[in-house]
Amino acid sequence: MSKLFVKGNEAIARGALDAGCSCYFGYPITPQNEIPEFMSKALPETGGQFVQAESEIAAANMLLGAGACGIRAMTSSSSPGISLKQEAISYMAGSDLPGVIVNISRGGPGLGDIGPSQGDYFQAVKGGGHGDYRQLVLAPGTVQEAYDLTMLAFDLAFAYRNPVMILGDAIIGQMMEPIRLIRREAQDREESESWRLEGYAGRKPRVIKSLRLAEGTLGKHNEHLQQKYLTARRECRHEEFMTDDAELIVVAFGSIGRIAKSTIRRLRQKGYRVGLLRPITLFPFPSQALQDLAEKGKRFLTIEHNMGQMVEDVRLALCGLAPCGFYGHLPGNLPTPDDFEGSILKEFASEA
Amino acid sequence: MQEIQAYKSPGILADIPTHFCPGCHHGIVHKLLATCLEEKELAEKSICVAAIGCGAFIYNYVLVDSLEAPHGRAPAVATGVKRSRPDSFVFVYQGDGDLASIGLAEIMHAANRGERITVIYVNNTVYGMTGGQMAPTTMVGQKTTTTPGGRKPELDGFPLQMTEIMSRLRGVHFAARVAVNNIKNLKKARKALLRAFEVQKLGSGFGFVEFLASCPTNWRMTPVEANERVAGEMIPYFPLGIFKDQAAEEG
Repeated sequence: MSKLFVKGNEAIARGALDAGCSCYFGYPITPQNEIPEFMSKALPETGGQFVQAESEIAAANMLLGAGACGIRAMTSSSSPGISLKQEAISYMAGSDLPGVIVNISRGGPGLGDIGPSQGDYFQAVKGGGHGDYRQLVLAPGTVQEAYDLTMLAFDLAFAYRNPVMILGDAIIGQMMEPIRLIRREAQDREESESWRLEGYAGRKPRVIKSLRLAEGTLGKHNEHLQQKYLTARRECRHEEFMTDDAELIVVAFGSIGRIAKSTIRRLRQKGYRVGLLRPITLFPFPSQALQDLAEKGKRFLTIEHNMGQMVEDVRLALCGLAPCGFYGHLPGNLPTPDDFEGSILKEFASEA
Repeated sequence: MQEIQAYKSPGILADIPTHFCPGCHHGIVHKLLATCLEEKELAEKSICVAAIGCGAFIYNYVLVDSLEAPHGRAPAVATGVKRSRPDSFVFVYQGDGDLASIGLAEIMHAANRGERITVIYVNNTVYGMTGGQMAPTTMVGQKTTTTPGGRKPELDGFPLQMTEIMSRLRGVHFAARVAVNNIKNLKKARKALLRAFEVQKLGSGFGFVEFLASCPTNWRMTPVEANERVAGEMIPYFPLGIFKDQAAEEG
């Protein structure tokens, strides 16, 4: 099978196309510009639609409109732009609408910088916009995974009728690696037939909305949403690396999981029994996998490229079964495997 | 005795009491819209994008496939709808607060891109649903709950004339301002709306119809007084007419 040598951003765009994405709405922001640039050429060639929107707000609302028509569509941005999209994402969640949102995140808060950071974990995983809702969050650690998970994101968005976010960073977006492409059969046109808008000919008119004023209807809808999120737990994905005999498990996601793996390989050569658990889905979170390891007596260290966000979910999952330390690499600095060695060794020595 | 049916309500107009206040013009605009959709045989292929405000509930009254947009974002949502389903007939129903204040960017750019959609813009110079606050269209001197001393241009600026602005954009192929305060204006409104629908069917560009509307409750007026205000105060500042009809101008 042929291989392509591409940036993560291009891999995401290609994954979307191969998953049947026919509409893309975006707005320029670094470090994700390769996605709209690629889509602006590729989509018209395949009969799709590319719109450079007037703002990230408008782009996300165009996604809402396409989702309501049952069309596979995507928007992408980076941290400050993702903040602007939260209104539409909340409406999509409240209206049971599918859509894929890509965040090639950068350092914050505010304008921050354009370097890599994982500072948007809370925003992505805990809701981001207003109201009791969740989006499914997928965090690629390689360029191949960026391609694969983007394809998966579309399937999940339609299976659950819910927004799905790809959470990458400047490392994933800008790094070049070879990828294998998967050629997909034409998408399932039936997947949205029972609810999409296309004019009411031959059936009753449909209304898609998030406003629920009648007594009890909003409560009932929230129950339905919670049930959906509970069902989505079966989509949990994570990678384990050398955990079987490990005393200490490093928990890290995305690009940082990848870099931590290099550190762990090196420490293994020096005889340290260290392993890695890399959550691939951040929501749903692989809590069970962490608990299983904790019950085997392992200790944990969460490493993130932020000041400590996912570590809260790790500690919640462990629920006191095992201790979990934290090392936060400062946003704005590109970490290397060396940067993690000291903190892992310190954690290793702390209680052993 | 032979019975003659003198009037038939449009089939897509729900036969239920509305939530609108007595004397409000939204109901008249809804009915006109439903009539024109049926006349042009567009109802079955329509997708309505509703906005936020008193007009948000249009999907309860005009029974076609409908979608709710966040406040001000309806033209962006409609862009996503029309681009996904170019064969659908897509119309947007927005009030003046929604369109001319929070949604100014979305309306300007959807219009400037020449999206093949029809925007129905209902201007009653106040935020109706939230209780009568100042809107971008509130008249100079008009008292609202947030301009208790009347709108002051030096502090609050001037009422926005959206149809004039729209008609200057190249992507806009039809722009008209109409009123429904009397039968004569109602007939002209019907003609303008039908023309706007034709423009979308032609697929040439963006269509915009502004309706001047009354809001007796928030104007603190009786329905009759409110109707008179449309003619006496609003129309002089917001003149009626077809501001642009690209296809007709090109012959």
